[in-house]
Amino acid sequence: MNEKTTPLWEVFIRSRNGMAHRHCGSVHAADAEMALQAARDVYTRRGEGLSIWVVPSAEIVASDPGAKDMMFEPTGTKIYRHPTFYEIPEEVGNM
Amino acid sequence: MYTQALNNLEAVTDVEDAGRNAAFQARVDNEYKIEPNDWMPEGYRKTLVRQISQHAHSEIVGMLPEGNWITRAPTLKRKAALLAKVQDEGGHGLYLYSAAETLGASREELNEQLLSGKAKYSSIFNYPTLTWADIGAIGWLVDGAAIMNQIPLCRCSFGPYSRAMIRICKEESFHQRQGYELLLTMCKSSQEQKDMVQDALNRWWWPSLMMFGPSDKDSQHSAQSMAWKIKRFSNDELRQKFVDATVPQAHYLGLTIPDEDLKFDEETGHWEYGEIDWSEFARVLKGDGPCNRQRMKARRKAHEDGAWVREAALAHAEKKKARKAQKAA
Repeated sequence: MNEKTTPLWEVFIRSRNGMAHRHCGSVHAADAEMALQAARDVYTRRGEGLSIWVVPSAEIVASDPGAKDMMFEPTGTKIYRHPTFYEIPEEVGNM
Repeated sequence: MYTQALNNLEAVTDVEDAGRNAAFQARVDNEYKIEPNDWMPEGYRKTLVRQISQHAHSEIVGMLPEGNWITRAPTLKRKAALLAKVQDEGGHGLYLYSAAETLGASREELNEQLLSGKAKYSSIFNYPTLTWADIGAIGWLVDGAAIMNQIPLCRCSFGPYSRAMIRICKEESFHQRQGYELLLTMCKSSQEQKDMVQDALNRWWWPSLMMFGPSDKDSQHSAQSMAWKIKRFSNDELRQKFVDATVPQAHYLGLTIPDEDLKFDEETGHWEYGEIDWSEFARVLKGDGPCNRQRMKARRKAHEDGAWVREAALAHAEKKKARKAQKAA
Protein backbone atom coordinates (compact mmCIF):
# COMPACT_ATOMS: atom_id res chain seq x y z
CA MET A 1 0.00 0.00 0.00
CA ASN A 2 1.47 3.32 -0.98
CA GLU A 3 -1.57 5.26 0.17
CA LYS A 4 -1.21 7.41 3.28
CA THR A 5 -2.80 5.89 6.36
CA THR A 6 -5.80 7.53 7.97
CA PRO A 7 -5.25 8.21 11.71
CA LEU A 8 -6.86 6.02 14.37
CA TRP A 9 -9.00 7.56 17.16
CA GLU A 10 -10.23 5.95 20.37
CA VAL A 11 -13.91 6.49 21.07
CA PHE A 12 -15.49 7.13 24.49
CA ILE A 13 -19.24 7.42 25.01
CA ARG A 14 -21.34 8.76 27.86
CA SER A 15 -24.35 6.48 27.76
CA ARG A 16 -26.55 8.22 30.31
CA ASN A 17 -26.69 11.39 32.28
CA GLY A 18 -24.58 11.02 35.40
CA MET A 19 -22.38 8.28 33.93
CA ALA A 20 -18.72 8.63 32.97
CA HIS A 21 -17.54 8.38 29.37
CA ARG A 22 -16.57 4.82 28.66
CA HIS A 23 -14.22 3.41 26.04
CA CYS A 24 -16.09 1.52 23.34
CA GLY A 25 -13.75 1.10 20.35
CA SER A 26 -11.96 3.05 17.67
CA VAL A 27 -12.48 4.65 14.26
CA HIS A 28 -10.26 5.88 11.45
CA ALA A 29 -10.69 9.50 10.36
CA ALA A 30 -8.63 12.25 8.79
CA ASP A 31 -9.47 14.82 11.47
CA ALA A 32 -11.29 15.27 14.78
CA GLU A 33 -14.53 16.48 13.24
CA MET A 34 -14.81 13.47 10.94
CA ALA A 35 -13.78 11.18 13.78
CA LEU A 36 -16.75 12.44 15.82
CA GLN A 37 -19.13 11.85 12.93
CA ALA A 38 -17.75 8.38 12.23
CA ALA A 39 -17.96 7.50 15.93
CA ARG A 40 -21.60 8.60 15.99
CA ASP A 41 -22.42 6.44 12.95
CA VAL A 42 -20.52 3.38 14.15
CA TYR A 43 -21.20 3.35 17.89
CA THR A 44 -24.54 5.10 18.48
CA ARG A 45 -27.00 3.74 15.95
CA ARG A 46 -29.54 2.96 18.68
CA GLY A 47 -29.35 5.92 21.00
CA GLU A 48 -26.44 4.52 23.00
CA GLY A 49 -24.95 7.92 23.76
CA LEU A 50 -25.46 11.48 24.97
CA SER A 51 -21.90 12.59 24.40
CA ILE A 52 -18.82 11.33 22.55
CA TRP A 53 -15.10 11.91 23.09
CA VAL A 54 -12.57 11.00 20.43
CA VAL A 55 -8.86 10.94 21.25
CA PRO A 56 -6.00 10.23 18.83
CA SER A 57 -4.92 6.67 19.68
CA ALA A 58 -1.27 7.67 19.48
CA GLU A 59 -1.82 10.16 22.34
CA ILE A 60 -2.94 7.54 24.87
CA VAL A 61 -0.35 6.70 27.50
CA ALA A 62 -0.89 3.32 29.11
CA SER A 63 0.70 1.47 32.02
CA ASP A 64 2.47 -1.78 31.20
CA PRO A 65 0.32 -4.79 32.15
CA GLY A 66 3.54 -6.78 32.56
CA ALA A 67 4.55 -4.40 35.37
CA LYS A 68 1.18 -4.52 37.09
CA ASP A 69 2.59 -6.13 40.24
CA MET A 70 5.08 -3.34 40.82
CA MET A 71 2.46 -0.75 39.89
CA PHE A 72 -0.41 -1.92 42.07
CA GLU A 73 1.03 -4.24 44.70
CA PRO A 74 1.84 -1.49 47.23
CA THR A 75 -1.85 -1.00 48.03
CA GLY A 76 -2.43 -4.71 48.52
CA THR A 77 -1.12 -4.66 52.09
CA LYS A 78 -2.80 -1.44 53.16
CA ILE A 79 -5.92 -3.02 54.52
CA TYR A 80 -6.33 -0.13 56.99
CA ARG A 81 -7.59 1.91 54.05
CA HIS A 82 -10.86 -0.04 54.14
CA PRO A 83 -13.71 0.69 56.57
CA THR A 84 -14.00 -2.96 57.64
CA PHE A 85 -10.51 -2.70 59.21
CA TYR A 86 -12.04 -0.79 62.13
CA GLU A 87 -14.24 -2.44 64.72
CA ILE A 88 -17.17 -0.49 66.06
CA PRO A 89 -19.24 -1.94 68.93
CA GLU A 90 -22.66 -3.10 67.88
CA GLU A 91 -24.38 -0.76 70.40
CA VAL A 92 -23.12 2.21 68.43
CA GLY A 93 -25.29 1.14 65.53
CA ASN A 94 -24.78 1.50 61.84
CA MET A 95 -21.75 3.58 60.85
CA MET B 1 -22.09 -11.84 10.36
CA TYR B 2 -19.86 -14.82 10.74
CA THR B 3 -16.36 -16.30 10.68
CA GLN B 4 -15.33 -19.30 8.73
CA ALA B 5 -11.74 -18.57 9.54
CA LEU B 6 -11.28 -21.56 11.74
CA ASN B 7 -11.32 -23.87 8.76
CA ASN B 8 -7.82 -23.35 7.57
CA LEU B 9 -5.55 -22.33 10.41
CA GLU B 10 -1.90 -23.12 10.29
CA ALA B 11 -0.65 -25.58 12.88
CA VAL B 12 0.68 -23.70 15.85
CA THR B 13 4.30 -24.31 16.65
CA ASP B 14 5.38 -22.22 19.57
CA VAL B 15 8.98 -22.45 20.55
CA GLU B 16 8.67 -19.54 22.93
CA ASP B 17 9.40 -19.45 26.59
CA ALA B 18 7.53 -22.43 28.01
CA GLY B 19 7.02 -20.67 31.35
CA ARG B 20 5.26 -17.70 29.85
CA ASN B 21 3.15 -20.00 27.73
CA ALA B 22 2.11 -21.99 30.78
CA ALA B 23 1.22 -18.81 32.69
CA PHE B 24 -0.79 -17.61 29.70
CA GLN B 25 -2.67 -20.91 29.45
CA ALA B 26 -3.38 -20.81 33.18
CA ARG B 27 -4.96 -17.37 32.81
CA VAL B 28 -7.09 -18.61 29.92
CA ASP B 29 -8.09 -21.73 31.88
CA ASN B 30 -9.22 -19.52 34.75
CA GLU B 31 -11.41 -17.50 32.36
CA TYR B 32 -9.28 -14.37 32.65
CA LYS B 33 -9.64 -12.10 29.64
CA ILE B 34 -6.50 -11.45 27.62
CA GLU B 35 -6.06 -7.77 26.72
CA PRO B 36 -4.09 -6.32 23.78
CA ASN B 37 -0.96 -5.34 25.70
CA ASP B 38 -0.73 -8.60 27.64
CA TRP B 39 1.90 -11.11 26.64
CA MET B 40 0.44 -13.78 24.34
CA PRO B 41 1.86 -16.63 22.24
CA GLU B 42 2.51 -15.58 18.64
CA GLY B 43 0.16 -18.32 17.43
CA TYR B 44 -2.68 -16.91 19.53
CA ARG B 45 -2.13 -13.45 18.09
CA LYS B 46 -1.95 -14.74 14.51
CA THR B 47 -5.01 -16.93 14.91
CA LEU B 48 -7.03 -14.03 16.31
CA VAL B 49 -5.92 -11.48 13.71
CA ARG B 50 -6.90 -13.93 11.01
CA GLN B 51 -10.20 -14.94 12.57
CA ILE B 52 -11.31 -11.43 13.57
CA SER B 53 -10.32 -9.87 10.24
CA GLN B 54 -12.02 -12.62 8.24
CA HIS B 55 -15.07 -12.10 10.39
CA ALA B 56 -14.88 -8.36 9.63
CA HIS B 57 -14.48 -9.00 5.90
CA SER B 58 -17.57 -11.23 6.01
CA GLU B 59 -19.62 -8.40 7.51
CA ILE B 60 -18.44 -5.97 4.84
CA VAL B 61 -18.95 -8.34 1.88
CA GLY B 62 -22.25 -9.36 3.51
CA MET B 63 -23.60 -5.88 2.77
CA LEU B 64 -23.55 -6.63 -0.97
CA PRO B 65 -26.18 -9.38 -1.42
CA GLU B 66 -28.71 -7.43 0.67
CA GLY B 67 -27.77 -4.02 -0.69
CA ASN B 68 -28.95 -5.42 -4.01
CA TRP B 69 -32.57 -5.10 -2.84
CA ILE B 70 -32.63 -1.75 -1.01
CA THR B 71 -33.99 0.20 -3.97
CA ARG B 72 -36.55 -2.51 -4.74
CA ALA B 73 -37.99 -3.14 -1.26
CA PRO B 74 -41.78 -3.52 -1.53
CA THR B 75 -42.72 -0.94 1.15
CA LEU B 76 -41.14 1.99 2.92
CA LYS B 77 -41.13 0.05 6.21
CA ARG B 78 -39.23 -2.86 4.64
CA LYS B 79 -36.85 -0.47 2.93
CA ALA B 80 -36.06 1.36 6.17
CA ALA B 81 -35.48 -1.96 7.97
CA LEU B 82 -33.23 -3.31 5.23
CA LEU B 83 -31.25 -0.10 5.10
CA ALA B 84 -30.77 -0.23 8.88
CA LYS B 85 -29.71 -3.86 8.68
CA VAL B 86 -27.13 -3.23 5.97
CA GLN B 87 -25.80 -0.27 8.00
CA ASP B 88 -25.50 -2.61 10.98
CA GLU B 89 -23.45 -5.06 8.94
CA GLY B 90 -21.10 -2.22 8.02
CA GLY B 91 -20.94 -1.23 11.68
CA HIS B 92 -20.21 -4.81 12.73
CA GLY B 93 -17.34 -4.93 10.25
CA LEU B 94 -15.93 -1.77 11.82
CA TYR B 95 -16.24 -3.02 15.43
CA LEU B 96 -14.32 -6.10 14.35
CA TYR B 97 -11.59 -4.29 12.42
CA SER B 98 -11.19 -2.14 15.52
CA ALA B 99 -10.71 -5.28 17.64
CA ALA B 100 -8.20 -6.76 15.15
CA GLU B 101 -6.24 -3.53 15.15
CA THR B 102 -5.61 -3.80 18.88
CA LEU B 103 -3.41 -6.79 17.98
CA GLY B 104 -1.10 -4.66 15.85
CA ALA B 105 -2.62 -5.20 12.40
CA SER B 106 -3.31 -2.02 10.43
CA ARG B 107 -6.63 -1.36 8.74
CA GLU B 108 -4.92 -0.73 5.40
CA GLU B 109 -3.12 -4.05 5.64
CA LEU B 110 -6.32 -5.95 6.46
CA ASN B 111 -8.24 -4.24 3.69
CA GLU B 112 -5.47 -5.02 1.24
CA GLN B 113 -5.67 -8.71 2.19
CA LEU B 114 -9.38 -8.74 1.39
CA LEU B 115 -9.02 -6.92 -1.93
CA SER B 116 -6.09 -9.04 -3.11
CA GLY B 117 -8.05 -12.22 -2.35
CA LYS B 118 -5.47 -13.33 0.24
CA ALA B 119 -8.00 -13.23 3.08
CA LYS B 120 -11.21 -15.23 3.01
CA TYR B 121 -14.73 -14.25 3.98
CA SER B 122 -17.73 -16.43 4.72
CA SER B 123 -18.74 -18.61 1.75
CA ILE B 124 -22.42 -17.75 2.21
CA PHE B 125 -22.06 -14.29 0.66
CA ASN B 126 -21.09 -15.76 -2.68
CA TYR B 127 -24.69 -16.80 -3.35
CA PRO B 128 -27.02 -14.47 -5.27
CA THR B 129 -30.19 -12.78 -3.95
CA LEU B 130 -32.60 -13.53 -6.79
CA THR B 131 -35.94 -12.56 -5.24
CA TRP B 132 -37.28 -10.47 -2.37
CA ALA B 133 -37.83 -13.69 -0.39
CA ASP B 134 -34.04 -14.12 -0.34
CA ILE B 135 -33.83 -11.03 1.87
CA GLY B 136 -36.08 -12.74 4.41
CA ALA B 137 -34.17 -16.01 4.07
CA ILE B 138 -30.86 -14.25 4.76
CA GLY B 139 -32.21 -12.66 7.93
CA TRP B 140 -33.81 -15.86 9.17
CA LEU B 141 -31.19 -18.45 8.14
CA VAL B 142 -27.90 -16.66 7.59
CA ASP B 143 -28.23 -14.34 10.57
CA GLY B 144 -29.75 -17.21 12.55
CA ALA B 145 -26.68 -19.34 11.87
CA ALA B 146 -24.46 -16.37 12.64
CA ILE B 147 -26.12 -15.91 16.04
CA MET B 148 -25.53 -19.59 16.90
CA ASN B 149 -21.88 -19.09 16.10
CA GLN B 150 -21.46 -15.72 17.71
CA ILE B 151 -23.08 -16.25 21.08
CA PRO B 152 -20.21 -18.49 22.28
CA LEU B 153 -17.74 -15.93 20.88
CA CYS B 154 -19.06 -13.41 23.42
CA ARG B 155 -17.08 -15.47 25.96
CA CYS B 156 -13.93 -15.60 23.83
CA SER B 157 -10.73 -15.23 25.86
CA PHE B 158 -9.60 -12.12 23.96
CA GLY B 159 -11.24 -9.07 25.57
CA PRO B 160 -11.72 -6.76 22.56
CA TYR B 161 -13.17 -9.59 20.41
CA SER B 162 -15.50 -10.70 23.15
CA ARG B 163 -16.74 -7.13 23.74
CA ALA B 164 -17.31 -6.57 20.01
CA MET B 165 -19.29 -9.82 19.85
CA ILE B 166 -21.53 -8.79 22.74
CA ARG B 167 -22.47 -5.61 20.87
CA ILE B 168 -22.99 -7.50 17.63
CA CYS B 169 -25.18 -10.19 19.17
CA LYS B 170 -27.47 -7.55 20.66
CA GLU B 171 -28.03 -6.06 17.22
CA GLU B 172 -28.20 -9.35 15.34
CA SER B 173 -31.48 -10.37 16.93
CA PHE B 174 -33.26 -7.58 15.02
CA HIS B 175 -31.83 -8.99 11.79
CA GLN B 176 -33.20 -12.46 12.33
CA ARG B 177 -36.62 -11.32 13.51
CA GLN B 178 -37.19 -8.90 10.63
CA GLY B 179 -36.26 -11.69 8.20
CA TYR B 180 -38.64 -14.21 9.72
CA GLU B 181 -41.47 -11.69 9.93
CA LEU B 182 -40.92 -10.78 6.29
CA LEU B 183 -41.23 -14.45 5.28
CA LEU B 184 -44.26 -14.96 7.51
CA THR B 185 -46.00 -12.06 5.76
CA MET B 186 -45.24 -13.58 2.36
CA CYS B 187 -46.34 -17.07 3.43
CA LYS B 188 -49.70 -15.74 4.64
CA SER B 189 -50.20 -13.94 1.34
CA SER B 190 -50.68 -15.52 -2.12
CA GLN B 191 -49.57 -19.02 -3.13
CA GLU B 192 -47.20 -17.39 -5.58
CA GLN B 193 -45.45 -15.56 -2.74
CA LYS B 194 -45.34 -18.66 -0.59
CA ASP B 195 -43.73 -20.54 -3.50
CA MET B 196 -41.14 -17.80 -3.68
CA VAL B 197 -40.30 -18.33 0.00
CA GLN B 198 -40.02 -22.11 -0.50
CA ASP B 199 -37.69 -21.50 -3.42
CA ALA B 200 -35.54 -19.21 -1.29
CA LEU B 201 -35.38 -21.85 1.46
CA ASN B 202 -34.41 -24.49 -1.10
CA ARG B 203 -31.46 -22.39 -2.22
CA TRP B 204 -30.30 -21.07 1.19
CA TRP B 205 -30.73 -24.12 3.43
CA TRP B 206 -27.62 -26.07 2.52
CA PRO B 207 -25.29 -23.08 2.17
CA SER B 208 -26.49 -21.99 5.64
CA LEU B 209 -25.51 -25.36 7.12
CA MET B 210 -22.10 -24.97 5.45
CA MET B 211 -21.57 -21.71 7.36
CA PHE B 212 -20.55 -23.76 10.40
CA GLY B 213 -17.48 -25.02 8.56
CA PRO B 214 -16.28 -28.55 7.81
CA SER B 215 -17.54 -31.48 9.82
CA ASP B 216 -15.64 -32.26 13.02
CA LYS B 217 -13.87 -35.26 11.56
CA ASP B 218 -12.32 -33.01 8.86
CA SER B 219 -11.79 -29.91 10.94
CA GLN B 220 -8.15 -29.53 11.84
CA HIS B 221 -6.75 -27.08 14.34
CA SER B 222 -9.96 -26.82 16.35
CA ALA B 223 -8.28 -28.32 19.40
CA GLN B 224 -5.86 -25.40 19.80
CA SER B 225 -8.62 -22.83 19.40
CA MET B 226 -10.66 -24.70 21.99
CA ALA B 227 -7.71 -24.80 24.41
CA TRP B 228 -7.26 -21.05 23.96
CA LYS B 229 -10.99 -20.55 24.51
CA ILE B 230 -11.39 -18.74 21.23
CA LYS B 231 -13.76 -21.47 20.19
CA ARG B 232 -16.18 -23.07 22.66
CA PHE B 233 -18.19 -25.58 20.61
CA SER B 234 -17.31 -27.77 17.64
CA ASN B 235 -18.67 -27.06 14.14
CA ASP B 236 -21.02 -30.04 14.26
CA GLU B 237 -22.34 -29.16 17.72
CA LEU B 238 -23.28 -25.67 16.55
CA ARG B 239 -24.73 -26.96 13.27
CA GLN B 240 -26.95 -29.38 15.19
CA LYS B 241 -28.18 -26.58 17.47
CA PHE B 242 -29.04 -24.53 14.41
CA VAL B 243 -30.95 -27.37 12.72
CA ASP B 244 -32.87 -28.13 15.93
CA ALA B 245 -33.89 -24.49 16.32
CA THR B 246 -34.71 -23.87 12.66
CA VAL B 247 -36.70 -26.91 11.52
CA PRO B 248 -39.75 -26.11 13.71
CA GLN B 249 -39.60 -22.48 12.51
CA ALA B 250 -39.77 -23.71 8.90
CA HIS B 251 -42.74 -25.90 9.75
CA TYR B 252 -44.52 -22.94 11.34
CA LEU B 253 -44.17 -21.12 8.02
CA GLY B 254 -45.62 -24.20 6.29
CA LEU B 255 -42.40 -24.87 4.40
CA THR B 256 -40.53 -28.07 3.59
CA ILE B 257 -36.83 -28.37 4.37
CA PRO B 258 -35.10 -29.51 1.16
CA ASP B 259 -33.61 -32.64 2.76
CA GLU B 260 -35.18 -36.05 2.18
CA ASP B 261 -33.14 -37.59 5.00
CA LEU B 262 -34.33 -35.12 7.62
CA LYS B 263 -36.03 -36.88 10.52
CA PHE B 264 -36.67 -36.34 14.20
CA ASP B 265 -34.90 -38.74 16.52
CA GLU B 266 -37.23 -39.29 19.48
CA GLU B 267 -34.46 -40.74 21.59
CA THR B 268 -31.92 -37.95 21.29
CA GLY B 269 -34.46 -35.18 20.73
CA HIS B 270 -32.45 -33.94 17.74
CA TRP B 271 -33.29 -33.48 14.07
CA GLU B 272 -31.05 -35.72 11.95
CA TYR B 273 -30.07 -34.18 8.64
CA GLY B 274 -28.62 -35.59 5.41
CA GLU B 275 -25.09 -35.43 4.06
CA ILE B 276 -23.80 -31.96 3.17
CA ASP B 277 -22.28 -31.54 -0.31
CA TRP B 278 -18.75 -30.70 0.80
CA SER B 279 -17.50 -30.45 -2.75
CA GLU B 280 -19.75 -27.42 -3.25
CA PHE B 281 -18.41 -25.89 -0.04
CA ALA B 282 -14.80 -26.40 -1.20
CA ARG B 283 -15.61 -24.93 -4.59
CA VAL B 284 -17.19 -21.76 -3.17
CA LEU B 285 -14.36 -21.26 -0.65
CA LYS B 286 -11.82 -21.61 -3.45
CA GLY B 287 -13.47 -18.80 -5.38
CA ASP B 288 -15.77 -20.66 -7.73
CA GLY B 289 -19.13 -19.90 -6.14
CA PRO B 290 -21.90 -18.21 -8.12
CA CYS B 291 -20.88 -14.66 -7.13
CA ASN B 292 -17.26 -14.72 -5.86
CA ARG B 293 -15.90 -12.64 -8.74
CA GLN B 294 -18.80 -10.21 -8.65
CA ARG B 295 -18.36 -9.60 -4.89
CA MET B 296 -14.63 -8.96 -5.16
CA LYS B 297 -15.14 -6.70 -8.14
CA ALA B 298 -17.69 -4.63 -6.18
CA ARG B 299 -15.35 -4.30 -3.19
CA ARG B 300 -12.39 -3.28 -5.32
CA LYS B 301 -14.47 -0.74 -7.20
CA ALA B 302 -15.77 0.75 -3.94
CA HIS B 303 -12.21 1.03 -2.63
CA GLU B 304 -10.86 2.61 -5.81
CA ASP B 305 -13.79 4.98 -6.19
CA GLY B 306 -13.25 6.15 -2.62
CA ALA B 307 -9.54 6.84 -3.04
CA TRP B 308 -10.00 10.51 -3.92
CA VAL B 309 -12.22 11.03 -0.87
CA ARG B 310 -9.62 9.60 1.49
CA GLU B 311 -6.93 11.68 -0.19
CA ALA B 312 -8.98 14.89 -0.07
CA ALA B 313 -9.93 14.36 3.59
CA LEU B 314 -6.28 13.95 4.60
CA ALA B 315 -5.21 16.98 2.54
CA HIS B 316 -7.97 19.05 4.14
CA ALA B 317 -6.94 17.91 7.62
CA GLU B 318 -3.34 18.88 6.92
CA LYS B 319 -4.32 22.27 5.57
CA LYS B 320 -6.46 22.98 8.63
CA LYS B 321 -3.64 21.95 10.93
CA ALA B 322 -1.16 24.20 9.11
CA ARG B 323 -3.57 27.13 9.25
CA LYS B 324 -4.07 26.65 12.98
CA ALA B 325 -0.32 26.49 13.56
CA GLN B 326 0.16 29.69 11.55
CA LYS B 327 -2.48 31.49 13.57
CA ALA B 328 -0.88 30.40 16.83
CA ALA B 329 2.59 31.57 15.71
